[in-house]
Amino acid sequence: MSTLAQVLLDGLLAGMLYALVAAGLSLIWGVMDVINFAHGEFLMVAMYLSYWMGFLAHVDPLFSWVASGVFVFLLGALTYRFLVSRCIGKAAMAPLLATFGLSMFLKNLCLNRFSPNFRILQSTLLEGKKILLGNIVIGMPQLVTGIFSLLLLFALYFLMKKTRLGWAIQATAMDREAAELMGINTDRIYLLVFGLGGACVGIAGGLLTSYLAVHPEVGSLFGLIAFLIVALGGFGSIPGALAAAVIIGLVEALAGFYIAPVFKYVAVFAIYLAVIMVRPKGLFGW
Amino acid sequence: MVRNMKTRKLETKDFIWIGLIGILAALPLVPGLIGNSFRAHVLILILLYASMAQSWNIVSGYAGQVSFGHSVFFGIGAYGAGMAVVTYGLTPWPGLLAGAVLAALVSLLISYPCFKLKGHYFAIATFAIVEIFNRLFMVWDWVGGALGLDYPILPDGWKNFVWSETKVGFYYGALGLFILIFGVVRWIETHRLGYYLRAVREGQETAESLGVNSSAVKLSAMAFSAFLAALCGGFFVQYNYRVDPPMVMSLDMSMKFVLITILGGVGNFWGPLLGAAILVPLQEYSRAYLTSLGSGVDLIIFGIIIMLMMIRQPKGIMGILQDLGIKTGQRKPEREEN
Repeated sequence: MSTLAQVLLDGLLAGMLYALVAAGLSLIWGVMDVINFAHGEFLMVAMYLSYWMGFLAHVDPLFSWVASGVFVFLLGALTYRFLVSRCIGKAAMAPLLATFGLSMFLKNLCLNRFSPNFRILQSTLLEGKKILLGNIVIGMPQLVTGIFSLLLLFALYFLMKKTRLGWAIQATAMDREAAELMGINTDRIYLLVFGLGGACVGIAGGLLTSYLAVHPEVGSLFGLIAFLIVALGGFGSIPGALAAAVIIGLVEALAGFYIAPVFKYVAVFAIYLAVIMVRPKGLFGW
Repeated sequence: MVRNMKTRKLETKDFIWIGLIGILAALPLVPGLIGNSFRAHVLILILLYASMAQSWNIVSGYAGQVSFGHSVFFGIGAYGAGMAVVTYGLTPWPGLLAGAVLAALVSLLISYPCFKLKGHYFAIATFAIVEIFNRLFMVWDWVGGALGLDYPILPDGWKNFVWSETKVGFYYGALGLFILIFGVVRWIETHRLGYYLRAVREGQETAESLGVNSSAVKLSAMAFSAFLAALCGGFFVQYNYRVDPPMVMSLDMSMKFVLITILGGVGNFWGPLLGAAILVPLQEYSRAYLTSLGSGVDLIIFGIIIMLMMIRQPKGIMGILQDLGIKTGQRKPEREEN
């Protein structure tokens, strides 16, 4: 029984982090109908930044996530300004392929500069700390990351639903031209959305360094899982992303424990395909 | 638009095509061109990647269903030939055929439900399928698992389809594949199926209202495409003497099908060849000559080119040629648009 609880808890915590990564992608996808293929690589960049800050300047990931978030916000905004805004509306797949080119560029640049070695940050503040609940072990880094991700998701949801900026973003998502006529600078909204999407994944990456090794390929799997979560939850929906991320996290943990570790992603992708066949636009999509 | 299908006259495109094949077939006779094995390697890869891209072009270019799952079919073809040789000690030929037929069947099974999905949802479903196949093949002992299959040493010749001394045999093998696939696409393009495919791409509802069975058309395009992609996979494994899951069934391999076609010109007969003729030398020579700059430089350059191309002209090199006012063998533009 406690094994099951342990597995479920691990899945839940992983799911909360996935939700933050996916929320950034979902925001971009929902507002602009653009798949940011470099999303996983944004995460990798954030992780490298956080790693080097910890390694060279001894700033703990608990604090350096701010810098990672800001950095990837800027990276996202620059990506929009110089790449995505120039190929939006030209051909259906152009933004996706352009960001794929960016992902290839970032991944191989890090490979070239930092070698393919796995790097993990030693002696962080939370390292090795854990909470014991009976037989259940909760790692502090995972717990803090999970809860922090959840809080940020709530903040993002609040931003989207309760602030004028959020309304402007929603208006732009619904009908760009009409929003433009209402005096919303939609180009700036797009820029901001791309930046915000980047900031979400940047913060997630910054926190992740406290327990996960960074290497040039680390973003690929996260990126792929984020695509699945967004498609599963329905694009543009933050609660959808959270629900889908928790499902994915739980399926991953359960399949990894009860079937075999190698099958955990097979199960994740199979669940996705099964759901998408029944609801082609995702659980919360319309 | 409606022409007599049986008495089709040869057009300029056909003459260019026949001339091109003649030149390519005569290339090994030029001294020093194929003798240099690196140059031969680049030429073989151009023909192979052009063929792969053209097979993808059938379903994604002409029929507009952008698939990121072609490495699955490619991989099934590769494993067909590889297992015939390594596991069963046969020649690769029966495995090649079995792999291609199996790939076509798998493509039908996968596509039938996935064609219900639209746009990005279809693309992401195909990503998921690649990952599932990749991970299953990694742990499936019958197909060699993560270690893959390594070829034994075999006598050279067409029977085993391996050559260790010279690459001329592989060159003609790749040329045969190239002629087959481009020939099939040319045939499709000028026959009823090609018009149906483009009609479905431009407007599925309109095409259906005119009596086109759009799902049958898309499925047959997918089956053709998967069959031909699997043949390319079979060639690839013969050429590399080994196969493992990340080599053939990965998102990176799928992206090769996509990128070469997109960079050349999607939905265009010459696009895949142009894309391969530019990207393959770029990739191979930068890999060979820029090693002093460290690993990954070829892919950094590749990434930059993709970004620049998408910014400048998402229609690819064909689009650039059209911008420059060069005739690209598309007889009437209004047949391609709308």
